[in-house]
Amino acid sequence: MTFAFDARLAGRGFAVALSVAPGETVAVLGPNGAGKSTLLGLTAGLLRADQGRAVLDDTVLFDTDGGAFTPPHQRGVSLLAQEPLLFPHLTVEENVAFGPRSAGASRQSARSTARHWLAEVEALELADRRPAQLSGGQAQRIAVARALASDPRLLLLDEPMAALDVSVAPALRRMLRRVLVGRSVVIVTHDILDAFTLADRVVVLDAGRIVEQGPTREVLERPRNAFTAGLAALNLLVGVRSERGIRLADGSEIFGASTLQAGSPAAAAVRPSAVRVSPDEPVSGNRIRGEVLDLEPRGDLVRVRSALISADVAPALAADLDLVPGAAVWFGFDAAELAIYAA
Amino acid sequence: MSPATGYAGVPRWVAAIAVVGALFVLLPLAAMVMRVNWGGFVGLVTSESSVSALLLSLRTSLAATVLCIVLGVPMALVLARSTFRGQKVLRSLVLLPLVLPPVVGGIALLYTFGRRGLIGQSLDALGISIAFSTTAVILAQTFVALPFLVLSLEGALRTVGTRYEAVGATLGAGPTTVLRRITLPLVLPALVSGSVLSFARALGEFGATLTFAGSLQGTTRTLPLEIYLQRETSPDTAVALSLVLVVVAVVVVGIAHQAGSTKYLRGAL
Amino acid sequence: MRRLAVVAVAVGLALTGCAAEPAEAPTAGALEGSITVFAAASLTTTFTELVTQFEAANPGTTVELNFAGSSDLVTQITEGAPADVFASADTKNMTKVTDAALNEGDPVDFATNVLEIAVPPGNPAGIEDFADLAGTDVTLVICAPAVPCGAATAAVEAASGVDLTPVSEESSVTDVLGKVTSGEADAGLVYVTDVIAAGDAVEGIEFDESGEAVNTYPIVALGDSAAPDVARAFVDFVASAAGQKVLADAGFGTP
Repeated sequence: MTFAFDARLAGRGFAVALSVAPGETVAVLGPNGAGKSTLLGLTAGLLRADQGRAVLDDTVLFDTDGGAFTPPHQRGVSLLAQEPLLFPHLTVEENVAFGPRSAGASRQSARSTARHWLAEVEALELADRRPAQLSGGQAQRIAVARALASDPRLLLLDEPMAALDVSVAPALRRMLRRVLVGRSVVIVTHDILDAFTLADRVVVLDAGRIVEQGPTREVLERPRNAFTAGLAALNLLVGVRSERGIRLADGSEIFGASTLQAGSPAAAAVRPSAVRVSPDEPVSGNRIRGEVLDLEPRGDLVRVRSALISADVAPALAADLDLVPGAAVWFGFDAAELAIYAA
Repeated sequence: MSPATGYAGVPRWVAAIAVVGALFVLLPLAAMVMRVNWGGFVGLVTSESSVSALLLSLRTSLAATVLCIVLGVPMALVLARSTFRGQKVLRSLVLLPLVLPPVVGGIALLYTFGRRGLIGQSLDALGISIAFSTTAVILAQTFVALPFLVLSLEGALRTVGTRYEAVGATLGAGPTTVLRRITLPLVLPALVSGSVLSFARALGEFGATLTFAGSLQGTTRTLPLEIYLQRETSPDTAVALSLVLVVVAVVVVGIAHQAGSTKYLRGAL
Repeated sequence: MRRLAVVAVAVGLALTGCAAEPAEAPTAGALEGSITVFAAASLTTTFTELVTQFEAANPGTTVELNFAGSSDLVTQITEGAPADVFASADTKNMTKVTDAALNEGDPVDFATNVLEIAVPPGNPAGIEDFADLAGTDVTLVICAPAVPCGAATAAVEAASGVDLTPVSEESSVTDVLGKVTSGEADAGLVYVTDVIAAGDAVEGIEFDESGEAVNTYPIVALGDSAAPDVARAFVDFVASAAGQKVLADAGFGTP
């Protein structure tokens, strides 16, 4: 099921063109307000574009040129929202059977389809319950089963793990990984773990525009702009490929290996956990001097941020070094930790 | 006021005024009940004219309620879910029968459906005469009861929102299927309580019926009209029949209250 | 509301009456005081005129009028409304008052009324006499038997042997007249006085059988009056030649 999308929505500053190949899962990343929900809304038919066109296989979803607009119920596009939105007046099984019944299936066949998908999401024992009796995780599972039971040509997932407890999300993620095989899916998420686990490709949206896209690992391990780097929680340094590494805008050289031709625009990434902080200049390896902007607790580490680079250090060390905003320190890392690639 | 019920925050003087208000409604009812001639009650209430009036009232009120549902549901849906120019004006006009004196409603209906009325003229030429018929009674009752249904339902439709309908559409349900399997079931409690209120209003309708439909036993003389007439000759009958109407109304309102509970919607909204 | 205003005015006037005892002796026969007259609705125009004449002839008196259906008035009187005079549209309702011993003196018959057929201008159904009213195509509206004009209609029906099939039996003569003037009904049975009062809005058709049901209007002064002299004087005035002329002009018959 090939999906090609190209649309503009002036009111939200939205202008996006993307496509999804058959059986491909595309993750759409971006901050709040980036346009992720707009993208899903336009695709599902719940919003109308000012200008643009979208085609799913041989069906024109909308085309502002000709004035064509296929209503949501005829698109074969299923949308799973952050909240499960299970129909409160129907049982779990009736909820999952809703799609097939709407398509005209008999009660019997809809029921067996429902039970098949409930088994797939490992929730068959909940078949006769009512939505009000389910936990958040259970309800979201059922919602996935319901969306899949309608056999959509394109499945849209809008931050499916966002409303769940952290302890419940992994199980759902594993389940999605299993059931989405072979399906065309667009999954909108904040969480790069979702992208890594589920997506073949990643599209990064910011302020209604695509800022970067490509295969998941490529984009998330080798970001080419600061925003994506921020999402992937990587340090990004931009400059030009030099003999032994990369030359930054301020003229300093950072050392690292790369197959890139000298003189070509380059970007370099290093994980914050590979960066060390010291008050004195390190004797070996790469070093960058910086003023501490702030300290951010992250689990059992503290992220020390400066303008150019961040480092994850143990809290005890941060205390020992008396790190406070404004302190001038050295950030050091080995050349081997730096990945240099084309910008 | 046990401490176990928690802090309610109702000042004593507010409760006192509430009691006065309640008495204001209940005392006249009590005064009426005290005037009932219990000895002759059964005989008065089961006389031919009384029974005829009660059955006519129930029949016409039921028919009017059905008509209210048929017309009111689409109106509530359009008012709650779509936007168009003049919507606010339309909503005010639809609620007009609530504030108009029923006699005024009757006069308006007469000028529309009467022999020389706006539509009545054409109907008369076709041989259809509405005034003085049971149809006229049903029309009058529908006219005054419709706003109750539209109001109840529109409020509920707004509260429930359209999220579930959107989900249903993405699952492949067309607009009519969405209406049938999602929208209406979700607002069923409001629909039921609105219908029951409409029924109660139709049952008590008097002014419009009198002006538009006339008063003839078995055809147009509903229970309120019968009570009005019995006042002339037998105040005992009038009081007895009034009590019957009060009891029916109390039962109806009690059912409306019960049906309006939204047990299964809790946790979903 | 009317009752409250009446009571307030009555009390006010009584007080001023007490306070304003003139130094000179009142001329013999000059009446003073204020009364309230409860009169049947069909007496509205005539009694308003009568009161104007009475007050002109007896400056120092004030007469308040309260019009309603006769049985409504009886209910109000028996529940203690402050009325000094009661004029009923039939003897049945007057009897309720005398049975309760609320009257002061005997009732006096002061007028009679008979039925007349009222039709919309142009007489679209071509009614000519009472028997025509029973025609299948005629939309006829009458008073319900429970009210005076309805009782009269029933009496005429019985006496003439004609079976009427009305489309509506109204609770008041005004409603019957209203349905005729609006063109909803082809014909209605109302009083002669109603036809005259309606002027050009209806055409009247007299019929012989109307003599079978003559409605007699009695009037009586009520007990517990604050101004019994004025009350009695008003009753006498209504029965006098001057009063009778006003009533005759409106179409009432002699008692």
